[in-house]
Amino acid sequence: MKFRIEPFVWLAFSGGGVLAALFMPVLAFLFALAFPLGWIDPPSHDHLDAIVSNPLTFLVLFGLFVVMLVHAAHRFRYTLYDGLQIKHRVLVGTLCYGAVLVGAFACLQFLGGATQ
Amino acid sequence: MADEIRVEVARYRPDKDREPGWQEYDVPLRTDWTVLDALNHVKNEVDSTLAFRWSCRMGICGSCGMNVQGEPRLSCATFLTDYAPGPVRVEPLANFPVVRDLVVDIDDFLEKLPRVKPWIIRDEEKSVDDGEYLQSPEELEAYQQFSMCINCMLCYAACPVYGLDPDFVGPAAIALAERYDLDSRDQGARQRLDVLIEAEGVYGCTFVGECTRVCPKHVDPAGAIQRYKLKAAQESVKAFLLPRAFR
Repeated sequence: MKFRIEPFVWLAFSGGGVLAALFMPVLAFLFALAFPLGWIDPPSHDHLDAIVSNPLTFLVLFGLFVVMLVHAAHRFRYTLYDGLQIKHRVLVGTLCYGAVLVGAFACLQFLGGATQ
Repeated sequence: MADEIRVEVARYRPDKDREPGWQEYDVPLRTDWTVLDALNHVKNEVDSTLAFRWSCRMGICGSCGMNVQGEPRLSCATFLTDYAPGPVRVEPLANFPVVRDLVVDIDDFLEKLPRVKPWIIRDEEKSVDDGEYLQSPEELEAYQQFSMCINCMLCYAACPVYGLDPDFVGPAAIALAERYDLDSRDQGARQRLDVLIEAEGVYGCTFVGECTRVCPKHVDPAGAIQRYKLKAAQESVKAFLLPRAFR
């Protein structure tokens, strides 16, 4: 069978879309509404810090963020290429997926800092 | 209800016209008349130079696809009364070169269709003496929906991806590839996958879904393409991770 990169990118895009749809509304509800408005008692800083410091949480969060970044990049790639008619396939792809690499590196830095 | 309805028809006669234009005809507005009936009335009674394709008049042959009021429709299944009091605009299918009036050049589709090998492929044919290939009702049901495609090309006219990138294999061809992949008698899935995994194959689709919305036979080409993407991804992961013997 021929090796093509597109199926792997599409899997990450698809997984990222599903995970974003499942988790982003929950996180947004908790951290943007429920905790600040006092609907639910927020966890203490130490408690959250302990959760994020766990290597398993690190792996889950890192994986989650990277596939969601791929999802966003993949959509943006088609927005630029088809929507805005920027017909430079390689340049658009490099910019979009390059941004994923930068975002993944930033995630590593932030999450790595939290697990110290 | 008015006695007549105005039909605005896109005209292009390459021997006379430098570019396409419009011509208006007033036709009788009858409850049982379709857009195709109106065009046949014009052709028979008013203007015999009007060119358009049609054959069965019952939504089976897929010949009479046109853009009616900007929407790809089978003209034999589109009633004039739905557009009363009018006018109703009739144009050739979008995304195809126009040959004359409402007739489009379908060579591109006819070239792409055999690429996905829409027929039953066997590693080894059984002899006639071995009898027929039997199928259970469940096995028939697995592909039946996709076998309803009549190659009318409305999905190509509705697909913005095909409009932007004519190299894209397109909705109907992929739906037919899925139809044969799902057929229990077929063994050609790998051959089709090698075609559809290419850049102009399934991954060109951005899942706009217009193909499914306009399909007169409810085939759901967008669903077929999504299924194919998942299948191609699964096979790619297997090929990448598993030794050859376990694929």
